[in-house]
Amino acid sequence: MTEFFQSLGLTYEWAWGLATIAGILLIALPLMLSVAMVIYVDRKVWAAINLRRGPNVVGPFGLLQSFADGLKVFLQETIIPSAANKGIFILAPIVTFTVALAAWAVVPFSATAVLADINIGLLYILAISSLSVYGVVMSGWASNSKYPFFSAMRAAAQMISYEVSIGFILVCVVLFAGTFNLNDIVRAQEGFGLGVINAYGIHPLLFPMWVMFFISCLAETQRVPFDLTEAESELVAGYQTEYSSMSFALFWLGEYANILLMCILNALLFWGGWLPPIDWAPLYYVPGIVWLLLKTFFFFFMFSWVMATVPRYRYDQLMRLGWKVFLPISLGFVVVISGYLMATGHFG
Amino acid sequence: MVDLEQYLPILIFLFVAAALSALFVFLPMGVSRLTGAHKPDAEKLSEYECGFPAFEDPRSQFDVKFYLVAISFLLFDLEASFLFPWAVSLEYTGWTGWSAMVIFLGILAVGLAYEWKMGALDWQ
Repeated sequence: MTEFFQSLGLTYEWAWGLATIAGILLIALPLMLSVAMVIYVDRKVWAAINLRRGPNVVGPFGLLQSFADGLKVFLQETIIPSAANKGIFILAPIVTFTVALAAWAVVPFSATAVLADINIGLLYILAISSLSVYGVVMSGWASNSKYPFFSAMRAAAQMISYEVSIGFILVCVVLFAGTFNLNDIVRAQEGFGLGVINAYGIHPLLFPMWVMFFISCLAETQRVPFDLTEAESELVAGYQTEYSSMSFALFWLGEYANILLMCILNALLFWGGWLPPIDWAPLYYVPGIVWLLLKTFFFFFMFSWVMATVPRYRYDQLMRLGWKVFLPISLGFVVVISGYLMATGHFG
Repeated sequence: MVDLEQYLPILIFLFVAAALSALFVFLPMGVSRLTGAHKPDAEKLSEYECGFPAFEDPRSQFDVKFYLVAISFLLFDLEASFLFPWAVSLEYTGWTGWSAMVIFLGILAVGLAYEWKMGALDWQ
């Protein structure tokens, strides 16, 4: 894109700056639009599985429901409780949403369409997703109210618990790929399965890792069955209870942006990213971004499917699953996978 | 030497994201003042507790378990961050690097087993 702006007669620095800003907006604005649409999809899938109709009034098939909700929320009054710590209270949704957006800076949408093709992309995503705990804790603490406080404690403990096993699972993928660059991880999956299937997920050692990664993603983004932070019967609306207007909506937008990020990570790390599912030449005529978005959408459908079918966990079961099941298994798999790769001469 | 220029778009992205989020928070505040939706009163601004005044300070003591989880997280996440450079350089360190890391993981597994046995991972 820099070349395009240079061809308009700008110097290299200006062209680079404009191209970067344009790239950022090309990621951030479609992301917000897709978050709005994905909330609609979520509600529709949930409704269809419950044999309901879901949103169907605003616009054709209810497609504009999320925008109507957004407009309504936008025009509402922002309430800042008198007992709250005002600075932190206002800062919390800003932090949540900034962090949710920032992780997308390194996501490769196709072989060339990536804003920052850094060599530690996966590590950057891991670091940024750890930061999302701050928004939760800040909102819970600053609200100075009982339910948000309990919810924030629960959410923080839950997120950090599952982050540990996510870290170990990612190490397994990095062992196979030998790099942290997300584009190179995708390229390493080309023809990985028997020379025809472009996916890490079908390897007998990596498939269980993917299942654990998927479940950890559900817990990390506080989706059903791990949505204990928003357990309505116990905690009202969780750490967002005291929020209103757009500050409330930002938590929702951030949450769905994180869910989409987790879906796209599933696609990138385990199921071939922007590569077609089968290593067959005619399939490469379809642009990579189409494959990536199809896979991402499929994983989002699985998230909705789980939400519609599975009852909520209990908190002690959740912590037991994280610390006593996932952590030992993923720790063992790091040893097994690295030993397997050494023994089979993967590193030449 | 790492080429830091690659990281400049990320920094700009952070600023743009923060600006967008701040806009989303502060713009409705202004709009609600213009449209007349902004009408705070003492009841509206009180904290939520099922419709009656709060019984006690919400920032009371909470379970020590949460501290334990945080400390365990620090240990194991630090361990994971040791694993990352090891994972990309296993090609060069070979069996020596592999066995060194397995011994390190073994020590931490003993720590996990101890924690487990002492009941630090149990929630009642």
